[in-house]
Amino acid sequence: MTVLAVVEHDRGNITSASLGVLTAARNLAKQMNTKFEVLTIGANADRLSETAANFGATTVHQAHNAMLTDFGPEAWGESIAQVVRKISPSVVIGTGTERGHEIIAQAAARLDLPAAMNCLEFDKDFNGSQPLKVVRARWGGSLMEESQIDAPIKLITLANHVVEPQEELATSPATISAIEVQLDESVSQSFVQDRVERVAGVTLATSPVVVSGGRGVGSAEAFAPLEELAGLLNGVVGCSRAVTNNGWRNHTDQVGQTGTRIAPDIYIACGISGAIQHWVGAMASKNILAINTDAQANIVTKAGYAVIGDLHKVVPAISAEIRRRQNK
Amino acid sequence: MNILVCVKRVPAPGARINITSDGQQVDTAFLGFTVSPHEECAVEQAVQLVEKHGGEVTVLTLGPAEAQEQLRTAVSTGAAKAVLVPIDTTDWDPQRTAQAIATVITELETANGKYDLVLFGNESADSCGYQVGIRTALKLGRPIVNGAKGLETENGVATVRRESDAGVEIYKLKTPACVGVKEGINLPRYPTMKGRLASKKVAVDRSESSGETGGLKLITLRRPPERASNTVILGNGPEAASAVVDLLEELGVFK
Ligand SMILES: Cc1cc2nc3c(=O)[nH]c(=O)nc-3n(C[C@H](O)[C@H](O)[C@H](O)COP(=O)(O)OP(=O)(O)OC[C@H]3O[C@@H](n4cnc5c(N)ncnc54)[C@H](O)[C@@H]3O)c2cc1C
Ligand SMILES: Nc1ncnc2c1ncn2[C@@H]1O[C@H](COP(=O)(O)O)[C@@H](O)[C@H]1O
Repeated sequence: MTVLAVVEHDRGNITSASLGVLTAARNLAKQMNTKFEVLTIGANADRLSETAANFGATTVHQAHNAMLTDFGPEAWGESIAQVVRKISPSVVIGTGTERGHEIIAQAAARLDLPAAMNCLEFDKDFNGSQPLKVVRARWGGSLMEESQIDAPIKLITLANHVVEPQEELATSPATISAIEVQLDESVSQSFVQDRVERVAGVTLATSPVVVSGGRGVGSAEAFAPLEELAGLLNGVVGCSRAVTNNGWRNHTDQVGQTGTRIAPDIYIACGISGAIQHWVGAMASKNILAINTDAQANIVTKAGYAVIGDLHKVVPAISAEIRRRQNK
Repeated sequence: MNILVCVKRVPAPGARINITSDGQQVDTAFLGFTVSPHEECAVEQAVQLVEKHGGEVTVLTLGPAEAQEQLRTAVSTGAAKAVLVPIDTTDWDPQRTAQAIATVITELETANGKYDLVLFGNESADSCGYQVGIRTALKLGRPIVNGAKGLETENGVATVRRESDAGVEIYKLKTPACVGVKEGINLPRYPTMKGRLASKKVAVDRSESSGETGGLKLITLRRPPERASNTVILGNGPEAASAVVDLLEELGVFK
């Protein structure tokens, strides 16, 4: 009866989401009065055993196979499944990321076990022998679901950013257990075949200022004043789905449930009504300024600050005022 | 080239999601219905592939009889056939859903031959389970990759492009294969007049299926705590610009 954390890494580099998972898994193991173990996949991740130990792991299972040189959802899922069969943990926790959901779902399918994705909380009384109650995010986080996992082994992913990473050295050094997993043809196809590296720079997800436009902007060309304001504030331009659906901007600019989650210092939402699927992508912003003609718009009532008025007049006026102060 | 796309009927909430008093469902009294944007894009991608390579697109849903509406919408944008797997209860858990869908796909394939591609959304809009496609693919014995932002086929190989924090990754799957599609892969078309007519005429095939109840059980739905907000109105129209820039200065985003 153990808690097993599955480390997500990219060619041996641990992802930040994994650190939250290591922390959550250790805390749950403590609550259950049981051991906290970790799984790393591929020999290029062996060095992450040290990180796992720093977070309190007592055993680190290192899944090895010559095929495991890069990410492959089926091979990773199969590796998890084989290790789970071998050690029979009570709970397996993965990252609440695209890769994390995918490999936990792959493992669950292979083990024919249920899986609950994007968990926010676990039952405080869980001791390993009863069904596990969790609270998980639905609708991209607009709604929460309390549910129960009724299975001998509980597979879950931890919603990203809900647990603050916290190191805590175990009392004794971690035991390393190398496991040669058996992978065949059936999982060999879905490996990354090629990769074009991302160029570094500010993105929608990381920019401290986002100036965003919705249907109220009216056309692709009418985004120019928003571009200008974003430029003056060293920020980037975002948009709502109404905008991407109209082909005014690329989907990479979309904020929301099926777009990007952002958490800037300030989100300036121009001509956006604030539908729940949009709001869920913007609600982590530290400050929200809505510019809207409708004082009753959902975004206006939920935002910290608002200007009631026509964005086509208000946005250029803000840029002009910034320039006026810069020139002083 | 024949492609099957799985879509799920979900409510289309506006400013907030209300829950029924028993906590089991979204209150749909005043709501329309839709499918996940990812699934809309999966239908569009399938239609584009068929336009290029020939063949036809079938859409499938497991849901109440009303889910015909979503199947017909898919037909209005280019799908040729529609299959409803009727259920009477509200929602099936992911294991049961996947089992039922895989069984129906196998039946359809016994009659008509294999689909070169079976497409899913990356995740459903409502339950966001991230697993029905993967479970179904495994039951069908086919490879699957999720998160597709690009999908092409050539000579029996499906090339999937997907974004990660590190960059753009390329996968190559031998067909028959399954793919989970993400919004942004394309811009879904609007229904044409011809499409609308076809959608009214299409026969929706019903394919009964069952599946054993899985181990994830809903206890109750609830709304996340709302952050209290007393919106500060900085002003009306362009005259508010000065107050806005004061705020930007105060927040330290403008120096
Ligand atoms: C499953 C699902 C997922 C979704 N995912 C997303 C997502 O990721 N992101 C997303 O954005 N949406 C998403 N949506 C769509 C969402 O429900 C809304 O349809 C969309 O966000 C509306 O965009 P909007 O606010 O720009 O348009 P509208 O709702 O039409 O609002 C336009 C606003 O502009 C204001 N306005 C008009 N003219 C002016 C002017 N001159 N000056 C100032 N204000 C003006 C109006 O008062 C109004 O408030 C999703 C929907 C579903 C069902
Ligand atoms: N009831 C259903 N009917 C048809 N397809 C479904 C159903 N539920 C899920 N799917 C498909 O599986 C994908 C993933 O669903 P989920 O595991 O709920 O996130 C969805 O985007 C759909 O393509």
